[in-house]
Amino acid sequence: MQHLCFPRQSRGDLHFVHVRQGGLYWVATTTADSSPFTVIEFLNRLAALVKDYCGSLSEKSVQVNFALIYELLDEVVDYGYIQTTSSDVLKNFIQTEAVCSKPFSLFDLTNVGLFGAETQQSKVAPSSAATRPVQSSREQGGKSEIFVDVIERMSVVIGSDGVVMKTDVEGEIRVKCFMPSCSEMRIGLNEEFSIGKSQLRGYGASVRVDECSFHEAVRLDEFNSSRILRLCPSQGEQTVMQYQLSDELPSAPPFRLHPTIERDSGGRLLMYLKLRCDLPPKSAAINVCVTVPVPRGSVSVSQELSSPDQSAELKLQSRAIEWNIPRFAGGTQLSALFKLDASALGPAPLLEVGPVVLAFELPQLAVTGLQIRFLRLSPVQPGPSQRWIRYVTHSDSYVIRV
Amino acid sequence: MPYLGSEDTVRELRRALSNPNIQSDPLRYRNAILKVIRAMSQGLDVAGLFSEMVKACATVDIVQKKLVYVFLCSYATLNPELSLLVINTLRKDCQDPNPMVRSLALRNMVNLRLPSVVEYVEQPLTAGLRDRAACVRRVAVLGWAKLHNLQPHSEIDGAVVNELYGLLRDPDPVVMVNCLRALEEILKEEGGVAINKPITHHLLNRLEELDVWGQCEVLRVLQRYRPQSENELFDILSLLDTSLVSPHPPVMAATLNLFLVLCPDLPAVSFAALERVRGPLLAACGSVSRETRFTALCHIQLLLRSLPGLMGAHYKRFFCGYAEPAYIKQRKMQVLVELVNDDNVAMLLDELKGYCTDVNTDTAQAAISAIGRIGRSYSDECLEILTGLLGLKQEHITSAVVQTMRDLVWVCPQCSDTVCSALEGCEETLQDSQGRQALLWLLAVYGERVSSAPYTLEGFIDGVRREASLGVKMELLTTAMRLFLCRPAETQDMLGRLLHYCIEEETDMCVRDQALLYYRLLHCGMEETHKVLGGRRSEPSLGVLIGRPAEPISQWAYSFNTLEPLKQGGVETEPTSRESPQHVTFDLNNDLSDALNCCQIEEVHSGSDGSSAEVLASSVAAPLSLSLSPALSPEEFERLWTQRLELHAEKGADELEGQDYVCLEERIRCPAIPHCSPQSLQAAMQLVNIQTLAFTPHLVTPWRVYLYTHTQLAHCGGAARRALIVGELLYVGEGGQSAGAVEKGEADEDVAGHVVGSHGREEEVKVTLKQRPRDEKALKGFLSILTAVLHTLSPESSSIHTQEHCTRLHSHKLNPL
Repeated sequence: MQHLCFPRQSRGDLHFVHVRQGGLYWVATTTADSSPFTVIEFLNRLAALVKDYCGSLSEKSVQVNFALIYELLDEVVDYGYIQTTSSDVLKNFIQTEAVCSKPFSLFDLTNVGLFGAETQQSKVAPSSAATRPVQSSREQGGKSEIFVDVIERMSVVIGSDGVVMKTDVEGEIRVKCFMPSCSEMRIGLNEEFSIGKSQLRGYGASVRVDECSFHEAVRLDEFNSSRILRLCPSQGEQTVMQYQLSDELPSAPPFRLHPTIERDSGGRLLMYLKLRCDLPPKSAAINVCVTVPVPRGSVSVSQELSSPDQSAELKLQSRAIEWNIPRFAGGTQLSALFKLDASALGPAPLLEVGPVVLAFELPQLAVTGLQIRFLRLSPVQPGPSQRWIRYVTHSDSYVIRV
Repeated sequence: MPYLGSEDTVRELRRALSNPNIQSDPLRYRNAILKVIRAMSQGLDVAGLFSEMVKACATVDIVQKKLVYVFLCSYATLNPELSLLVINTLRKDCQDPNPMVRSLALRNMVNLRLPSVVEYVEQPLTAGLRDRAACVRRVAVLGWAKLHNLQPHSEIDGAVVNELYGLLRDPDPVVMVNCLRALEEILKEEGGVAINKPITHHLLNRLEELDVWGQCEVLRVLQRYRPQSENELFDILSLLDTSLVSPHPPVMAATLNLFLVLCPDLPAVSFAALERVRGPLLAACGSVSRETRFTALCHIQLLLRSLPGLMGAHYKRFFCGYAEPAYIKQRKMQVLVELVNDDNVAMLLDELKGYCTDVNTDTAQAAISAIGRIGRSYSDECLEILTGLLGLKQEHITSAVVQTMRDLVWVCPQCSDTVCSALEGCEETLQDSQGRQALLWLLAVYGERVSSAPYTLEGFIDGVRREASLGVKMELLTTAMRLFLCRPAETQDMLGRLLHYCIEEETDMCVRDQALLYYRLLHCGMEETHKVLGGRRSEPSLGVLIGRPAEPISQWAYSFNTLEPLKQGGVETEPTSRESPQHVTFDLNNDLSDALNCCQIEEVHSGSDGSSAEVLASSVAAPLSLSLSPALSPEEFERLWTQRLELHAEKGADELEGQDYVCLEERIRCPAIPHCSPQSLQAAMQLVNIQTLAFTPHLVTPWRVYLYTHTQLAHCGGAARRALIVGELLYVGEGGQSAGAVEKGEADEDVAGHVVGSHGREEEVKVTLKQRPRDEKALKGFLSILTAVLHTLSPESSSIHTQEHCTRLHSHKLNPL
């Protein structure tokens, strides 16, 4: 219930403003009628700082690192006034070392190769690699690493006739730097990258975004000529560039649904769903979850799925069938048949079915086509250093009407 | 809240802290202190360890120092005497060669918040202001503010204030911003830090050195600055232009706020600034953080009040994401309603329809009422969706639909046929009191058109004993009465039963009293009952022609970038009178509401002269009488009005025979009329039974009002002649006079050469009237009433001006078109 509550409460003259990050509430109190943008942005920044310094953001890590967080708060806010939130400045003042809370997880074991085989050669960085405190890079043991992530969130509405009614992509390039000696980095984007609707496009595979903004530390002197971002990364995480694209995706939307819904003679509702994945054949979507809202009064469902690794169940609380597909390769099609038993269906149950919502993750893929051509660090890093470039597209809201 | 067993823990911690073995091992000592802080954070009362912690303060280990200070600052106010022991250590630390130690000591010395240590603190603070290290100066500057807060009534030390002003030129940006903050606090009673021209320009020049928070602070303080010339103002604005499109929402919002404050008299600049922030605001609406999204949405709602077209092309950005929390979805729907137009209405409704079956009932109901709001302009499409939703037979949906229909019918009476046919059978699904009240209201108003109304009502009356809701009972009484008026045969019996129950058995006084009132009313006869109960069916102030007026920016600028727009329930999107008929149902008597309006008008103009009421009264007393019934719907009005214009355009050609129209153009001098608020104008007009149908927004030129009334002139012959008058008031404004004339085009031409008073045309309101059937005497009478009302409303006008208007009927006025 808290989760749905409103990001501001008040009690007399005192206002409570909160944000939710990492399963925690970050609450600020204010008496004056201060700017909500500032308070919320600050809380988000504080959460990000705590994440940078503690490695991860969870109840556990906050409990273990309370001394560090006290220290951080002391430097960040003085007498209710924000002093600095730059991790470069703060690292000179913060003395406490972070205590890493490493939850045991089977997932981590997947990185260990058979018989101790070399796993470092795998091209993909383990997803937990970037969740570590910034300060550990100071010690000898910490590897110097840099991660450049292209993260895109897409929200799509597809009409019942299959026409794409809306597509929106919000993307960002995020740099996580654990490399104390790095003074400058250059990130090269696609050369054909263009901004704004009006620009004429050639026939080549151009990459276009509507609007784009950069972190203030980014120098853009080489951006217009050769699409290169120059910046001096500070330790920890920062968003270097944000961009956004509406309505014109370079490729078809990744999923299409062909539903057939009817009532059989026994009063049951038959739903036959054909789901097609239009990604390029080499890529795949993972953790696909299809949510199909069902009419009130639905009691149970029987299903026929095309492979055993998929699963489906009826969630009575949210009144929806959840169909989980762990991996969905591009260019393939899956189908499912759901037979829905209902105790008392309303007079128009078909109206109550839908819209279908998909949640998924597209690893190693940016739907806008944005790519990072190269990543150069200067001065040239001595010793072993690792540079990771990762792409991922998340579904923000992928709705298909039926 | 001390936990059980806290004494044991405290005892154990004390033993550890005073153990010499632990004290000699820095790592173990630090761990013991860490345990104390942990216990403190968990809510244990560890105040008893104060003296042990004071001892632990004297250390070279900075981490340990920091931990101890956290403890000391939390408990110092409980142990003021013991705290004095720390002062020596702290003062010694203030001399430490390490700037970090110095700043730490200085900060925490003031953070102890003990009035008794003030005398020891002042000297290190003064030294701190001149410290080499910026981090010490930052702390020292804020230290003075804390000190002032500690003794709010002490005298302000002029030397310190001067030094702080001097530090505004400090090379470190944070020191500079802290100086601003400290001076704001210390000089609060004098209105804060003095913002003169050199300081302003200095701050502006250093703006880009500052981080996001510093920029916001400076921009906020600069709101108090008043540029001395227009050139200076524009220099400042162009300097701030880049901040206006900053990717950081706080900077963008603070800059826009400053723009709005700096140029309240330059609406064009403000509007341009609003256009500029559209991009950043939309980006904030798509931010990862949903709290930022929500804040941006709330502020977009504010902007839309003045610039309704601002987000028109971007309506898709306000479609709800599936996983978004309900509070964001509801705001998005409120924004979507504002963005609807002919091109996107189908798409928008399709999207909203999808939300109506949302699992979250609040979201579903918000979507339904959003459709109802769109229905005010696109009633057919929306009614189709709403009636379709009734087919789902779901409790919360039906309830929301019926309430929405009630609100819709109140402003769009033309929807009533569809609504009436949709109502049949709804009562089975309705459970909650809000929904049933709405149904009853609809039955009361349109009872004669819903064939099953008496049966539905009977069901309600049979169940009145089990009825828990007071509101439903009250509504039921009124509905039974009003239905009795139009369908007496079917309802007499049940009305009797209801009144009997309510008077004899009901325990609630309100219900019983209302029943008694109705019972006695019935004794006065049907005619009297009709008079009392035959209330309005629809909102009298229909604004459909022009839609919701755009407000001037000043209406909301004060609340921009504060917590105000985030208030639950959102900004009030329109005047309450149009919100819902529910509040008006008991306001049955027209005379009563007129009387209320009368009070309102006198209140509004109590500052002017006392004669206003007399003037109004005398105008009403003219032999001519005006009436509002039958009501004219906005569509009808529009038809009549455009017809008039067409006729006007063709008038050079053939004269149309057989028409009984008369047109009249007239200029009335009343300088302040366009400055008077729409509400008071409307109230004044209603007082003399002139209905205003639509307004342009307040203070916008060309300013227009559309109105109508029915004239009724008592003739000596006995039978009264009735005629309908529709009219327009137009004021093109001082500057826009010529532009207005061009825009008005042809209609203005025939009066262009006309000689007007020596004051020129600036202060005149042009009145265009059309009457059907023609009745010139009544028309002139009407004109004099209208003139009287307008003069009453414009406080500057004196009685001399009253007759100083030039009348000119059209050349063909005597030959009806």
